[in-house]
Parts: sequence; C-alpha cells; structure tokens
Amino acid sequence: MFGQANVLAAGQAEFPPSVEDFYLPSILPWGAHDSYWITKFTLMIWIAVGVLIIFFLATYRNPKLVPTKKQWFAESIYGFVRNNISVDMIGHAGVRFAPYFTTLFCFVLVTNAFAIIPFFQISPNSHIAFPAILAVISYLLFNYIGIRHHGFAKYFKHALIPPAPWYILPLLVPIEAFSTFIIRPFSLAVRLFANMFAGHMLLLVFTLGGFAMLNANAWLAPVSVVSWVMTVALTLLEALVIVLQAYVFTVLSASYIQGALAEEH
Amino acid sequence: MFFLAAEGGESGHNPIIPIGEEIVVGTIAFAVLCFVLIKFVFPRMEQTFQARVDAIEGGIKRAEAAQAEANQLLEQYRAQLAEARTDAAKIRDDARADAEGIRQDILAKAREESDRVIQAGKDALAAERATIVRELRAEVGTIAVDLASKIVGESLADEARRKGTVDRFLSGLESTGAR
Repeated sequence: MFGQANVLAAGQAEFPPSVEDFYLPSILPWGAHDSYWITKFTLMIWIAVGVLIIFFLATYRNPKLVPTKKQWFAESIYGFVRNNISVDMIGHAGVRFAPYFTTLFCFVLVTNAFAIIPFFQISPNSHIAFPAILAVISYLLFNYIGIRHHGFAKYFKHALIPPAPWYILPLLVPIEAFSTFIIRPFSLAVRLFANMFAGHMLLLVFTLGGFAMLNANAWLAPVSVVSWVMTVALTLLEALVIVLQAYVFTVLSASYIQGALAEEH
Repeated sequence: MFFLAAEGGESGHNPIIPIGEEIVVGTIAFAVLCFVLIKFVFPRMEQTFQARVDAIEGGIKRAEAAQAEANQLLEQYRAQLAEARTDAAKIRDDARADAEGIRQDILAKAREESDRVIQAGKDALAAERATIVRELRAEVGTIAVDLASKIVGESLADEARRKGTVDRFLSGLESTGAR
C-alpha cells in the first residue's frame, strides 16, 4: 500500500515512521549504524552542555548588585527553580539543592528544546539513556539524603512502613517498596523519554503523512496542507511539553528528596 | 504490517533499552555541566542574592540609625536651646538686679556724700559765723565804748571792761534778735 509512496521530498524516510527513525546513522564514522559514540544525539548533548556552560559563565562572569539584562535572565532561571521548586517543595532546607535542580532543569529544558529547533528536530531525551541517567541520579540522591538524614535503618523503616494497622502491613510494605524503590526511577525516566519520543513521532507522522498523501494522489494535496498545518500546531504543543516535562522532572526529583527528608508520612 | 516488518528488520532497536555509549557520554557531559554550574555559577548567584539582601537591609538599617541619631541630636539641641534660654533669662534677671543694686548703692553713696558736703558747709558756716560774731562783738564793744567815751568825755574803757556792760548789752540784743 505504501510501497510506491516511499520516495519523499524529505529523502529516504518511510511512512509510517518507525522506531528506526530514532536511530540515525552515526556522524563519526560517517553513516555507520552500529557506532554510537559520536552521533547526532551525543553531539546535541555536548552542544546543550556547552551552551549552558557558556551562557552561565558569560552572564555571571562579573555579577553586579544591580543586574544587567543578561544577568537578570540567568538569575531569574535560578531564582525560579530555587524559590518555586526547591523552597516550595522542600522548604527552607531546599535552598542547598537549588544548584543541582537548576542544572537539572536547564539540562532537560535545553535537550528537550532540540525537539523543535530547526535542523536538530529531535530531542536526545527520545533515547531513554539520557532520561535514565538523570533518573538514576535523582534516585541515588534522594536515597543518599534520606539515609544521611535519618540513618540507614530508620530511613528504610520510615520509607517502607506506613502508619497503618499491623495486619495490613504485609500488603503495604511490598507495595511501598515497589513504588518507592523500583517504580520511581523507572517512571521518572520513562515519563520524559516517552513524552519526547511520542512528540517526535507525532511530528513525523504529520510531516511524512503529508508527503505520503501528496505522492499517493495529487488530489490529496489539500489534505497534505492540513497535515502540515497540524504539524505547526503540534510543534507549538511540543513547545509546551518541552517546558512542562523539564518542570515535572525537576519537581518530582524535589518531591522525592522532600519525602526522604520528611519526618512524618 | 509495515511497522512490524520494520521492527523485525536489520538492527531492530528497542527504544526502552538504553544504549551503553550514550549512557557514558550523557553521564560525562552531565557531570561536566553539574561541576561547572554548581561550583562556579550558582554559589556566586547565592552570594549576589545575599549581597543584595544585605545592601537593602543594610540601607534600611543605616537609614533608621541615621534617623534615630538625627532625632536624638534634635532632642539634644532642643534641650540645649531651652537651657540656653533659661540661662539667658537668668543672666538678664541677674544683670537687672545687679544694675538696680549698683544704682541703689551709687545713689546712697551720692546722697551720703552730698549730706556730708552739706554738713561740712554748714559746720564751716557756723564756725565762720561764730568767729565773725565774736570779732564783731569785740569790735562793737570797743567802738561803743570809744563812742561813749568821746560823748561822755572820759574814758570808760576800763570801767566797761571791768563791769562787762557792753557784753551784757549785746547779749541782751542778741537774745532779742534771736527771738
């Protein structure tokens, strides 16, 4: 059915898009399919890291009491994460986590943003490796903080045993253990990954679908235009998802740390 | 159908299985980012925030201190002014009292002096008068006796001196004249 529709203006891409569209040939060596060291994805990661480092070092090289516009912008990002995530979620003790959360937030935001930046058009977070790293760091962080705050035994007792009648505990303890120590990092990673994966897939479907219809039958051209208009609309939606997922990832990490520090359930 | 075929094709990636190389690259990249930002950027931001808070609170505190000092100084100046006014009034009163006293003194002294001068004059006059009277008496007696001698023709001087006639007469005159 789609066999003859595969020669698209965009190149060799096939319709419908598949998982393989997320695994591009590597850059060095050029075109290799089994080398992952230097690919578009790792390049984007380095670009994101470089851009963030340069941006923050440049804007904060010479901080003034009365900020310049750029300094104000950098401070606003930090101030937003510090006050609206760290302090709101954890309370006053949250200030010391604000630097990490801000780094996390900026990193996720910029890597997500590649999804709609022209010529990149795909987020590194649509490969689960990157969200997984961040989720593992958040996981280790909240457990470490909980153990350091409460002590090993008390932390696990606190985390595993909810204040419930003893006869319900055999049911609750495994559920708590499962949700806290297995589901949390997994859901954190998959949420971000799946959002970026699905976003890219949606854009692919509507973009390539337009070409596919155009190639199948010239009379379908108006429908192709509708499809591309949808792509624009979905790009705007994607912009929202990009910011929202960066925010959600940071807020959930903060929430886990808050839970680890909490005295009561 | 096509989808399944693609998945079953050449490499067959599973999107839920992370790629090892990407984990390594991502970890290193994120570690570098964390290191730089957490070590060099955000602490400085905290410092700047703190400095800003200090600047604002310090400014307010300084202003309050200055205000308090100004108020205290004002109070002090007012007290000093009031004190100075009281002093001035006291000094004026004292001066007035002193002047009055001095005036009284001078007046009293002048009065005394004038009294003294008048008294001295009176005494001098009285002495003078007494002398003149005494001399006149002697002279008038002599003249009268001489006159009487010339009239009577003989010297009555001795007689008169002996009997004090003239003196008696004059005394009688005096006493009638004084009356």
